[in-house]
Amino acid sequence: MTGYQLKGSFPLIFERGAPGRRGYRLPPLDVPEQPIEALIPDRHQRTNPPALPEVSEPEAVRHFVGLSRRNYGVDVGFYPLGSCTMKYNPKINEEVAALPGFARLHPYQPEETVQGALELMYNLERYLCEIAGLSRATLQPAAGAHGELLGLMIMRAYHESRGEGHTRREVLVPDSAHGTNPASAAMCGYRVVEVQSNARGGVDVAALRALVGPKTAGLMLTNPNTLGLFEEDILEIARLVHDAGGLLYYDGANANAILGICRPGDMGFDIVHFNLHKTFSTPHGGGGPGSGPIAVREELVPFLPVPTVERDGDRYYLDFDRPQSVGRIKGFYGNFGMMVRAYAYIRTMGAAGLKAASEQAVINANYLMKRLAPLFDVAVDRYCKHEFVLSGRRYKRLGVRTLDIAKRLLDYGIHAPTVYFPLIVEEALMIEPTETETKETLDEFARVMEQIVREIEEDPDLVRNAPHETPVRRLDEARAARQPDLCFCAPASSTVGEVNAGGGGRTDG
Amino acid sequence: MTDADRRAMLNAIGVADVEELFADIPAEIRLRRPLNIPEGMAEAELRRHMAELAGRNADAGRYACFLGAGAYDHLIPAAVSQLVSRNEFYTSYTPYQAEITQGVLQATYEYQTLVAELTGMELANASMYDGATAMAEACLVACAHTGRDRVVVPRAAHPEYRQVSATYLRHQGLEIVEVPFRDGVTPVDEVRARVDGRTAAVVVQQPNFFGCLEDAEAMAEVAQEHGALLIAVITDPLSLGLLQPPGAYGAHMAVGEGQPWGSPLSFGGPYLGFFAAQGKLVRRIPGRIAGATVDRDGNRGYVLTLQTREQHIRRERATSNICTNQALNALAAAVYLTLLGKEGVREVAGQCVQKAHYLQRAMTALEGVSAAFPGPFFHEFVVRLSADPEEVTRRLLDYQILGGLPLGRFYPELADCLLVCVTEARTREEMDRFVTALGGLA
Amino acid sequence: MYPEDLRYSQQHEWVRREGNRVRVGITDYAQQELGDVVFVDLPQEGTTLQSGEAFAAVESVKAVSDIYAPVSGRVVEVNQDLADRPELVNQDPYGAGWIAVLEMENPAELDELLDAEQYRELLER
Repeated sequence: MTGYQLKGSFPLIFERGAPGRRGYRLPPLDVPEQPIEALIPDRHQRTNPPALPEVSEPEAVRHFVGLSRRNYGVDVGFYPLGSCTMKYNPKINEEVAALPGFARLHPYQPEETVQGALELMYNLERYLCEIAGLSRATLQPAAGAHGELLGLMIMRAYHESRGEGHTRREVLVPDSAHGTNPASAAMCGYRVVEVQSNARGGVDVAALRALVGPKTAGLMLTNPNTLGLFEEDILEIARLVHDAGGLLYYDGANANAILGICRPGDMGFDIVHFNLHKTFSTPHGGGGPGSGPIAVREELVPFLPVPTVERDGDRYYLDFDRPQSVGRIKGFYGNFGMMVRAYAYIRTMGAAGLKAASEQAVINANYLMKRLAPLFDVAVDRYCKHEFVLSGRRYKRLGVRTLDIAKRLLDYGIHAPTVYFPLIVEEALMIEPTETETKETLDEFARVMEQIVREIEEDPDLVRNAPHETPVRRLDEARAARQPDLCFCAPASSTVGEVNAGGGGRTDG
Repeated sequence: MTDADRRAMLNAIGVADVEELFADIPAEIRLRRPLNIPEGMAEAELRRHMAELAGRNADAGRYACFLGAGAYDHLIPAAVSQLVSRNEFYTSYTPYQAEITQGVLQATYEYQTLVAELTGMELANASMYDGATAMAEACLVACAHTGRDRVVVPRAAHPEYRQVSATYLRHQGLEIVEVPFRDGVTPVDEVRARVDGRTAAVVVQQPNFFGCLEDAEAMAEVAQEHGALLIAVITDPLSLGLLQPPGAYGAHMAVGEGQPWGSPLSFGGPYLGFFAAQGKLVRRIPGRIAGATVDRDGNRGYVLTLQTREQHIRRERATSNICTNQALNALAAAVYLTLLGKEGVREVAGQCVQKAHYLQRAMTALEGVSAAFPGPFFHEFVVRLSADPEEVTRRLLDYQILGGLPLGRFYPELADCLLVCVTEARTREEMDRFVTALGGLA
Repeated sequence: MYPEDLRYSQQHEWVRREGNRVRVGITDYAQQELGDVVFVDLPQEGTTLQSGEAFAAVESVKAVSDIYAPVSGRVVEVNQDLADRPELVNQDPYGAGWIAVLEMENPAELDELLDAEQYRELLER
């Protein structure tokens, strides 16, 4: 048994190979060799070599290709994961990001040797500002949540600069918000105050009015919100927060609905983050890397992190001399490789293409919502934007939960939607088809959903016990959390060094 | 999408045109003009344009790169990019549906095991953004765990790591206390003078920013005397092929930059923050963690676990706000470390040490070039120049050499110094060229 | 499933009086709502609590639920068995799944808690 089958357990890399094997050969040392103890004192040296795999290159390749076949990406099939914007990732973007002139630049090279890179960053910043309707941006944050944290730091620096840092200690967050919003606010030292949603799925303006005041630092809002609905009262919301002296933060997770249609800055937002790995097509990589640039209104520009990219005639340079800056939140300049891909995407699409993408994303979502409406309860009966939320509550009486429906979809070769989010919808299914899916794919998805609903009515156990066709079946998550097994513990006979003898790489919490 | 499809879809929705779907957006905020962004390009046009931009940069393929300082030009086996480019991996989202994302989950578990093994720690998470944010988050963990509000950080630690930590900590009312360096290393008595009952952690970067080896064991002892934690920071973990792992000198957390494990330089990102810790800290650590379990048929499988630490469940009380991480870079690390393996990692570390010392000896034999610090170093070292280092590095470009980092921008007192890095990727010919060129400039 | 000899809080904790002390746990309803308990964040012995203050947390795979002090007092004992066997909260919520014992500050506070019938009514609402 070589262990490369698609179903069942799959050997770990540590269970393959044989002592002495290796998968990469270095060129021979081309300088005279000194005794190592003459260069590195003994007490600094490792006593036991680390117990790494010992496999040949073909073994390693088969192992990781085998793992890849047990994985699912948007290149494999439909991936309607709400709030995650799983659009197609154009392959040309990978090709250009791999050009040595981008991929092999050291971040500390002299500026005159990275003019092309700085120009790309400078122009990407311009494009993002134009899309946001704001003045300046920074590309430093590595992810959306990182952008949120930075945006809130800028919010705080702004209030501090006006002598209100100590009084404005509250950040308002709707109850439908992504979990990162309250977590970022807390990480920035803010107290989180939750704002209720109204029956139409928007911010309850009356509730908001009662909560804003001299303690308010700002409001974090996703628009369209996590129900996929545009905040119709956005201008009133913005006025309330601004009149109270607070700022508006735009969580750009759902920006794919609004490119070229309306702009956060025009809505009244002061700080905006974008997810280049959602809206601007950079691949998600199994959970990252992402990139979470933020754009800000003119008054907030002095607080942007160092360095900014500036232009002087034909020359681009990094500006570190920004006395009011919040500082630095990441090493170097951000996830540059993601910037290259997003820049390539924007240049491919152009202004018209971006707007067409948003329009199609909204058409696809409304079309699919219409197709699925007979099968589920629609959370709020309105036209949606790029995504929508259904409730599977009607199947609870048959003993089938939304989780079961999600798992059954996997048997049909489709990634499940986001489930149990937003928290305000019972048994939620959050579906975001994106603009890159064809009508046939959406129709096929609707047919599969109809089939699953028939199964629920005729043979609910089939759905309750799903998935059946996947590499592994439903996993025991309680066991994983009760007895955490986070690292492979090699059998005692192997070569695990003394450094690991205590914990053996495994922890029981 | 064809016009016919679009028509059919709009009909099915029951609207006459797409504008109706946007009718709930207040008219005064609709953008009534095209975005001011250039017209779209076809693939072939884009390829030309991007090649032109890339061509205006001097890359480490054409120039011999002697820059390090947190970003390292190591050799990357061809199989790494081939494997991480497998579409099933790189176009996958976070593995929320474990049954169809066992590939990423198992690779993450393997990555965690590799990190724990190399650092000598009991566990590791699935990744952080980069080394600098990993250090900042480790400082936050230490403060939360001890209930104390100060972290002692050597000035000989990476300046950008210190800046990022300062930014993170300041917003939670926490402080950094800096320790000066002497002869390129952090004196233990200076550490001791700054550690007290308010100290949550002592940070040691090993080797430090100047490439010098710190007395990490003594710093661990100082921390322990006061009930503080020791955080080991490592900017090039390939050093762990030869150097003592943090677990062996008593570190409670070992964090750093995983870029050297198979990720390209890429002008500073995307990189890979690694985060390893003692088992007792497991419920405090930030970010995703993969764990092994079984499915209902008894097959071994993997899930994201201990998720109650995270933002999507604990919201404002999460250990961190991190969500998206650097999964693909972690995968690259797992592939890289698998290919290099037990022997390869040791050999890379050995070649780095040998070549760095070869170059250092040759450079310091030149007139106008001297070793800035006396102690042992790994693969980076500081030389003092009689000429201006900024000017010297500029002129080295004429010899196709990226000649190191002038230290004045971070350490005004070292304005006459240059930080030089040599990895296994540099050849003797390149080093000799560097020495010859420097001889004419210094 | 709601023993008559216990008192109950609105937040689904139960209380068993043992002289001047009370033993505290979560109700059968609460453990069912949470699902498989995977971890219990236990308080430090000696901690002084006001009634209504969060003093422990019970975690399932995808949720965290705070446990609030049903009465004011000092934590004098915690159930260390839960560190290794958190599933006891599911298996035996009123017995081996207890969480802590508090030394009461003001036993009169017990009168403010619900009896079994009132608690059942609360659940039916």
